[in-house]
Amino acid sequence: MTRYSRYWTAFLTIFTKELLRFTRIWLQTILPPAITTTLYYIIFGNLIGSRIGEMDGFSYIDFIVPGLILMAVITNSYSNVVSSFFSSKYQHHVEELIISPVPNWIILAGYVAGGVSRGVLVGVTVTAVSLFFTDIQVQSYGWTLMVFVLTAILFSLAGFINAVYANSFDDITIVPTFILTPLTYLGGVFYSINMLPEFWQQVSLANPILYMVNAFRYGLLGVSDISMVAALGIVVLFILALTTFSLMLLSRGIGIKT
Amino acid sequence: MNALAISDLRKVYKNGFEALKGIDINVAEGDFFALLGPNGAGKSTAIGIISSLVNKTSGQVEVFGHDLDKDPEAVKSCIGLVPQEFNFNMWERIGEIVVNQAGFYGIPRKEAWRRAEASLKQLDLWDKRNQMSRTLSGGMKRRLMIARALVHRPKLLILDEPTAGVDIEIRRSMWAFMSELNAQGTTIILTTHYLEEAESLCRNIAIINQGRIVENTRMDQLLRQLHTETFVLNLRDPLADLPGLDGFQLKRLDEQRIEVAINSDQSINHLFEQLTNKGVGITSMRNKQNRLEQLFINMLENSRNGAAQ
Repeated sequence: MTRYSRYWTAFLTIFTKELLRFTRIWLQTILPPAITTTLYYIIFGNLIGSRIGEMDGFSYIDFIVPGLILMAVITNSYSNVVSSFFSSKYQHHVEELIISPVPNWIILAGYVAGGVSRGVLVGVTVTAVSLFFTDIQVQSYGWTLMVFVLTAILFSLAGFINAVYANSFDDITIVPTFILTPLTYLGGVFYSINMLPEFWQQVSLANPILYMVNAFRYGLLGVSDISMVAALGIVVLFILALTTFSLMLLSRGIGIKT
Repeated sequence: MNALAISDLRKVYKNGFEALKGIDINVAEGDFFALLGPNGAGKSTAIGIISSLVNKTSGQVEVFGHDLDKDPEAVKSCIGLVPQEFNFNMWERIGEIVVNQAGFYGIPRKEAWRRAEASLKQLDLWDKRNQMSRTLSGGMKRRLMIARALVHRPKLLILDEPTAGVDIEIRRSMWAFMSELNAQGTTIILTTHYLEEAESLCRNIAIINQGRIVENTRMDQLLRQLHTETFVLNLRDPLADLPGLDGFQLKRLDEQRIEVAINSDQSINHLFEQLTNKGVGITSMRNKQNRLEQLFINMLENSRNGAAQ
């Protein structure tokens, strides 16, 4: 058994465990986002959206579809990792991993792969729901898929860091409630930042979620409020920074070891 | 080669508490080693450092020649840990817990199930493999942690109070199991508050108190240090007054039980001879305290007195 085959088996074990965890409780993990998004489509897309008219040359429902899909990806990839890793700390079964000869990067990769899978699965479900309400012609499958996966990776990493620092269940809800949700809603999911006064446009540019929503909208609709190079650069930069930070936390045992 | 070599190991927690004050321990390959000490003495901190759950402040830990700082993966591969507290996922099935642990050690799933079957059968848990772990009794949960620790066939097994809270029947079957494992070549380090357990199973012992090793020797040598043993004698007939004996002090516990302290230079035959001459019949006798327990208490008291001075 070579070192890398051991690592691969360890990665698959963590990943499979994560996959089974959230698919077994699909009523709590997969179904709610599908229902919430359906309500968004009905209320904001059909009922209110028909009175709003066009946005950036698209019907309002077509305009909000990319943002709503990405919002589901962000929320679910984040919450999968934060709840799973915090739970393993809370019940102390994270010790099973710490005492094992699994390198930190495999532990991180396993949890992130679990978060990405849930994010992608929920994203695909929400996309399937959206097909009942609109008929989107995808502009670039490659770009759409890339932004989809990179966003899931980024927020899985963020969820991991939140879980490492969390000491109670309150700590794992504070960030999603007070930071993630406001940033997502203000990240151009429901409107184009071109509608905002100049000052607020500039403020919005400090919101990283704006870049992801616009990059995803570009892949689906071919329109964006910002440069795609900047969007991709920001996402990749955040992924690199959060990966480095997560590995540093694991290496020092912060929040895990005493 | 030593299975474990610890030198000048220190641990100071963030709140300033010094849990380990530079301990040295050597455990030979194949040994059954007892690490004893009162609550808060530093046993679990030492075990935590060896198994990578606790960051050390300074010192060196080597497991089968592998340095914990230089090659942590090799160290971890050698160790199986049964911790004091239950630390498995209560919402996971028993079989999966063991198989996943094997997976973390890089054992492919098919082989992991084969090993899990063997471990779980040895510990009478195979029939429960599809049950959620939270449904197990306390004794079964302890056995599950042993099965999990053995699935990667560690050379060094660390048992941190493995029989705490289990009934005597299960405890005895676990003793037999541990002895068999040791006989097959697994080095075992045991911490326990049941000193009878340590006395009957372990060949070498270290006693830790207030972060320092106060004794580290062979079990038989340690027991020889016991100068006085106290026995409780059960009498055939009720006794109204204590008979006067030459060289022995008797204490009446009730009308059918007396207590006597015997020094190592005294003969127990001499005691019985005198009692027989006085017409006192003995039906049975037992040690008032486990021998190791008596020594252990003496040592802790000496250590406390030394620290106070």
